[in-house]
Amino acid sequence: MRKFREAIIEKAILLNGFACILFVILIFVFLAKDGLTLFRTIAIQDFLFGKIWSPLAEPPQFGILPLFLGSLVVTLGATVISVPLGIACAIFIGEIAPRWMRETLKAGVELLAAIPSIVIGFIGMTLLGPVVKNLFHLPTGLTAVTGSIALAFMAIPTMVSIMEDAITSVPRTYKEGSLALGATHWQTIYRVIIPAASSGIVAAIMLGIGRVIGETMAVMMLTGNASVMPKTILAPVRTMTATIAAEMGETVRGSEHYFSLFAIGLVLFGITFLINFLSDMARHRKIR
Amino acid sequence: MKLKPQIKQKIAFALLGLAAVTVIVPVILILAILVQRGWPAISWQFLKEMPRMGMRAGGIFPAIIGTLCLVAGAISVALPLGILTAVYLVEYAKKNWWTRMIEIAIVNLAGVPSVVYGLFGLGLFVIFFHFGSSILAGSLTLAIMELPVIITSSKEALMSVPRSFREASLALGVSKWETIRCVVLPNALPGILTGSILGVSRTAGETAPILFTVAAFYLPRLPQSIFDQCMALPYHLYVLSTQVPNVRPALQYGTALVLVGMVFFLNLVAIIVRSHIRSRKQW
Repeated sequence: MRKFREAIIEKAILLNGFACILFVILIFVFLAKDGLTLFRTIAIQDFLFGKIWSPLAEPPQFGILPLFLGSLVVTLGATVISVPLGIACAIFIGEIAPRWMRETLKAGVELLAAIPSIVIGFIGMTLLGPVVKNLFHLPTGLTAVTGSIALAFMAIPTMVSIMEDAITSVPRTYKEGSLALGATHWQTIYRVIIPAASSGIVAAIMLGIGRVIGETMAVMMLTGNASVMPKTILAPVRTMTATIAAEMGETVRGSEHYFSLFAIGLVLFGITFLINFLSDMARHRKIR
Repeated sequence: MKLKPQIKQKIAFALLGLAAVTVIVPVILILAILVQRGWPAISWQFLKEMPRMGMRAGGIFPAIIGTLCLVAGAISVALPLGILTAVYLVEYAKKNWWTRMIEIAIVNLAGVPSVVYGLFGLGLFVIFFHFGSSILAGSLTLAIMELPVIITSSKEALMSVPRSFREASLALGVSKWETIRCVVLPNALPGILTGSILGVSRTAGETAPILFTVAAFYLPRLPQSIFDQCMALPYHLYVLSTQVPNVRPALQYGTALVLVGMVFFLNLVAIIVRSHIRSRKQW
């Protein structure tokens, strides 16, 4: 009897393990079910490469290229800002800072991670926007750059915590060997420690980028929401995530517009799936 | 000109320090501004009253209650599911491609954009299951979203329980499940709770997943059942700062401060629990 109960419990736990796979499949199925319906009426190349997104025009146009480029510009901007800052911050915390400063900095980074994206968006709108506007003499402060700056600060905590793990898990002997050969601490850091931690650093960067691409609320509030092909980084753009969040409320269930937003969701899901998969591979490369 | 290595090191370290400061200063600045501008707005009435005059006056009581409902609903679904998944991965799973698949699925769940969770919740819970826009649909969406956080931290907590504990219990003839239930889980519980609280604090601030699954634009009453819509703090802040014209800034900053305060309070609890366990650990 006890054995029987044990077996049942084991099976139940096993089922739980599969729940995660089930959820990923369910997410995919429910995005695909509605998203792919769009392609009954709209050609897939018009969707992916069309240059105009105006779902309410007559006839409506569902080209996501401007939205994709919007996401790309904002993400690239955020990456350019956050990667050097993140790596520098991780090295400083992991290698250089004295103990008390390390704990303070780590707490600060954790605090940054804990601020909800909507609050970052709100602060960005009221404080960062005007600064960008005055700095570059623009008609509006809500541009791709504004979004990039805010997103960089949202990606940094993810990056720093994983990079710092990678840096501190480099074996002590590597460092001691290098120092014993007469290299300075800095030479040791950039010739020995960073190369040794490189796979973790790459994984961290990719996870950070994944987070930036998927970020919605802050980006919606900060980038100005103009669904046109971005010409400069100082113009308002609109990302894929923001389009879904902003337009879903106005669509009629079962309309082309509604399906097109699910199709964008499917594209986003595909992109982040790929990024996370690659990042996970980079992280596990050293272990296997 | 070739610089001495020692001088190079000084320059490099200074730049790295500068980067660290660049990351930390905005955090302090944001918090300082929130407190400075939000604090005057916060009063007992602000916390306890319904919003009035199209949200331009009154309080944020229904939004606070709504967020609490959503968080409680999400955690009560995600916690058991997450802990059992972690138990499976740590205690039962063999190292094969199937386990690897589950791990990849978890990593990907963690990476799915929040707005895509919103779409998924709309498709599955709101429409397919006919829950409608409701606390139930919103909570379930948030639960799936915080699942990876809970699984990851539970896994770490379970793995930090020494092998010898399990072996001692098994050697006494206790079955595997009872060993897990009576020996492993109690020892891992504080660690699990810490991670879960961090997961919850993230849920409390999420906006995009609840946009289409539960959030009500303006609903100056409390939810009556889990099939009701409700207001939520993050969405309320979004509405106040972009959708409603002529809102007093104090009201916006006050809402933001309450939201951040709530999230930080949860984080603080987690950190205290964590340091408390660390100091008490015997092994």
